[in-house]
Amino acid sequence: MDAITDFFRELHERSGINLTILYDPFDIERFFHGLLVTIELFLVSAVVSVIIGLIGAGCLTLPYRVPKAITRGYVAFFRNTPPLIQMYFFYFAIGALIPATKNAYGFPEELVDNLDWALIALSLYAGAFNIEIFRSGIEAIHRSIVEAAAVLGYSKVAAFVYVMVPLAWRISLPALCNNLIELLKTTTLAYAIGVPELLYVSNQIWSDNINTFEMMNVLLVVYLVLVGVVALAMHRWERALRLPGFGAARS
Amino acid sequence: MTNDRARFGPHVGIDLPGARERTSWALNRDLAGVLLAILTVVVIVLVVALLSGTDTGLVGALIKWTPFMARGFLLNVVMSLFAIFFGTIGGIFLGMGQLAPTRWISTPSKVLTQFFRNAPWLVLLFYCIFLLPFQVRIGGETYTIASWLRAAIGFTIPVVANFSEIVRGAMQSIPSGQWEAARSLGYRWRQTVTSVVLPQCIKRMLPPWMNLYAILLMATPLASIVGAEEALTNARTALQAESDSRLLLPLYAYLLSWFFIYCYPIARFSMALERRFAVR
Repeated sequence: MDAITDFFRELHERSGINLTILYDPFDIERFFHGLLVTIELFLVSAVVSVIIGLIGAGCLTLPYRVPKAITRGYVAFFRNTPPLIQMYFFYFAIGALIPATKNAYGFPEELVDNLDWALIALSLYAGAFNIEIFRSGIEAIHRSIVEAAAVLGYSKVAAFVYVMVPLAWRISLPALCNNLIELLKTTTLAYAIGVPELLYVSNQIWSDNINTFEMMNVLLVVYLVLVGVVALAMHRWERALRLPGFGAARS
Repeated sequence: MTNDRARFGPHVGIDLPGARERTSWALNRDLAGVLLAILTVVVIVLVVALLSGTDTGLVGALIKWTPFMARGFLLNVVMSLFAIFFGTIGGIFLGMGQLAPTRWISTPSKVLTQFFRNAPWLVLLFYCIFLLPFQVRIGGETYTIASWLRAAIGFTIPVVANFSEIVRGAMQSIPSGQWEAARSLGYRWRQTVTSVVLPQCIKRMLPPWMNLYAILLMATPLASIVGAEEALTNARTALQAESDSRLLLPLYAYLLSWFFIYCYPIARFSMALERRFAVR
């Protein structure tokens, strides 16, 4: 460990490439924490957005007009407005309406803090895209399969849960993978409302050490690696769940 | 029928009886949907504005700041047009590069595309804001590069990478028989691409290109983080000037509705085009 930190300290002295996040304990801690916050933002909002997507796509299959119209409106609104302004809208506009409580020391404390608002905004934003993805997945199921389920005595709900969702899930996975990668990239917007995620802490680090160029490149590489990990995991899952007899042959 | 096919190309199949009526009806329905959406947004904003204050001062404030915000919104549109224009040109070349027969061109093109497609827009924006020079000297005169222009250049990079993927996908969706036919007619690779493959791709690229434009426009408020005076910056300036917390909700909703009114028709139109071009 010491050898690594010494190497990068020496690298700074010799060549001027200042990677403080690899030798300065304070910066290492900050950067690592930022990475964890980014991963937390991504994982939590990914799970919530998938749940939103399933519920919304379920609503769209209902024979009632009102839930359909509400879902369509939600999807249209969140897909066609800038995610950054959505985040400001939640944090500054709606956040201002929610009363603050006092903490143990008597300081005002927000009931829903900026990290929570970032999670809410990201989940709702990605959820709107997921509804569309699952809807097209459900629509891609051949009618004969649903009819076969009905003939076998499945109720409508049971056919949806046991027949349509497992099939639609497999059909939707590639598009879902793209959307989750998009979501991972969108977590950087939490920077704007002061959530200490990767971009935010990097900004602090380059402001303190004036190593903007190095940190920029580190950021690009770290996000590339994160996207790569998500893409790899999703592709593995896709392969594991692949429907026999559909799509290209297994390579 | 075969005669028609020869004259109008392979997509004459959509002209079956009833098909034309169906598509135009779908377009009308889209228009109705757009109008309904705009109406809903206007009603919501007015209701929110009226509910959040018993006096009409809030609506007055919204109207007062509209020209100022509109000036900012114009900058959003200008930045998006700049980025889509240069991004499209760059994307066509990078996309063709990805499929180039020589590895010297195709490998770097693929790497560049994947690298910039998978980096967050905001990080690329920071990259351009900090690393592009503040001033340039052209012919002895010094010009300052405005922050909006640097932001627009920052938006161009991801647009190039994303459009490059769209071009590659469209070019690969052209049946290989077309490539072989052009080759057997003595076309060189470049001639095949420019006069056989790309013209057929335009139809397939149009809907995703429009989606990309909508995504781009929705990304332009990011420029407010790096100091361009666009709609979001101006909205926040207005909020500071008024310093009235009751104005927060209506003003942000108002701003969201502008972007919605601009982007929603694009999304509907691209969906309608997609349906129309879909192979059935």
